[in-house]
Amino acid sequence: MIEARVYRADVIDAAGVAEVFRRERSRVLATMIRVVDGDFDLAEELVQDAFLAALEGWKDGLPDEPRAWLIGVARHKAIDAIRRRVRYRHRTHALAADLQASPLYQASPEELTVADDRLRLIFTCCHPALAREAQVALTLRTLCGLSTDEIARAFLVPTATMAQRLVRAKHKITAARIPYEVPTQGALAERTDAVLAVIYLVFNEGYAASRGDALVRRELCGEAIRLGELLVELTRASEAVGLLALMLLQDSRRDARVDADGELVLLEDQERARWDQVAIARGAALAELALTGGGPYALQAAIAAVHARAATAAQTDWALIAALYAALAARWPTPVVALNHAVAVAMAEGPAAGLALIDELAAELADYYLFHAARADLLRRLARDREAAAAYRGALARVGTEIERRFLERRLAEVSAS
Amino acid sequence: MQYLLLIYTPENAEAAMPPAEGRTMMADYLTFTQNIRKAGNFVAGDALQPTHTATTVRVRDGKVTTTDGPFAETKEQLGGYYLINAKNLDEAITIAAQIPGAKHGSIEVRPIMVFAPSA
Repeated sequence: MIEARVYRADVIDAAGVAEVFRRERSRVLATMIRVVDGDFDLAEELVQDAFLAALEGWKDGLPDEPRAWLIGVARHKAIDAIRRRVRYRHRTHALAADLQASPLYQASPEELTVADDRLRLIFTCCHPALAREAQVALTLRTLCGLSTDEIARAFLVPTATMAQRLVRAKHKITAARIPYEVPTQGALAERTDAVLAVIYLVFNEGYAASRGDALVRRELCGEAIRLGELLVELTRASEAVGLLALMLLQDSRRDARVDADGELVLLEDQERARWDQVAIARGAALAELALTGGGPYALQAAIAAVHARAATAAQTDWALIAALYAALAARWPTPVVALNHAVAVAMAEGPAAGLALIDELAAELADYYLFHAARADLLRRLARDREAAAAYRGALARVGTEIERRFLERRLAEVSAS
Repeated sequence: MQYLLLIYTPENAEAAMPPAEGRTMMADYLTFTQNIRKAGNFVAGDALQPTHTATTVRVRDGKVTTTDGPFAETKEQLGGYYLINAKNLDEAITIAAQIPGAKHGSIEVRPIMVFAPSA
């Protein structure tokens, strides 16, 4: 299959077109996928062609309704494209006739622009019948307009592998007839969870960078936040609000969490003046709004908001954070949540209290480097240097990124020296 | 659109099932089949004899070889199937989830490939 052409705003340089491209591409694409009955590849081609046509057609200025103009052009090209395509030979003529006769095709471009099809698009990309990695790739490709190459680089896989992943996912959507619909009420909550998981995964891939050298991959975080905003706008679901709040609050610290040499700076050591106060204000307000729902993202956002509101690390309300983690652990009892709860307790009540809780998790988290790192830190605070050194070595044996490795090595040197 | 729902269940556990439980399962299958017939989704469906009755056939260099047993040894074995009509994968998944065997086994949902008449 032909790799779909790369969308790049910078190759469409006529006045205004690039801006419209950035603003409208995913929405026009989402509608065109519906018009051509779920054929993602064809829709991508049509949208690309429509924007190329806009370069010529908008020379004398933008039309009144750019979106309707683009959909109108793409729709006309759909019939031609379906006739022309050889690789779908078996369904060409029937499909072209079907399309022309369908109510969707008969509708005017203005009518087609009324519904925002991006919600269908999100739910289809994140359909549970697709593997999680395919959901992520497809979401970044279609909703965010990232090229296959960009997605491959973000996830450290060869471009050919990523291209194949996308081709397979799109083929499954067509072949298994994954519906291009917003799920019905009964399935909506569960399906929304899957969408939120994909968005948060994209964010974390950009923020935490579990592999490789680049600690901050701004683009992925930015895309995840934009997707979060879109989901809030389209669904108003409280967990979507919670996730958006969480991402904004975490992202507000992006400039402070790495120093001038690219080294990781812990939350307590960060220069708080470098936190993005606009993002914090927005994130904290959304976190409060989401907390009435009491979902896991809302609780995590509330925790992030407590950190964000503390003027200095020493003024952090650790008792409140420990209580929020306890609420999170009560409903989602995972070992990682328990680890975070233990760390908060250590801050609120002293390292010994936290260490006792952490040691209970040894069996479950033996392979998790942050378990060893957190334990090492508490032992260091208790001046049990030899045990701390052993725990830092345990963390180093399991750590993923270079920046985190260097941080742990510095701490290991400190406890070994004293 | 047609989907084949392949029912994989732990054959030994089912064989060891107390008779009362077995009767309940049969009744559940009958109800399920009636339901999808009434709803117009049913195309075909059968239960299969256990895998110890299976024979696997291969032709290599024109020579037919047969081996005793199923194609692959798996934890759960193909024990039956339904061929259904559904408007999309979501409907097929909803129907698959109602198959009694889904509670203790797994249902593989496979879309049927449609070949176009050659032009």
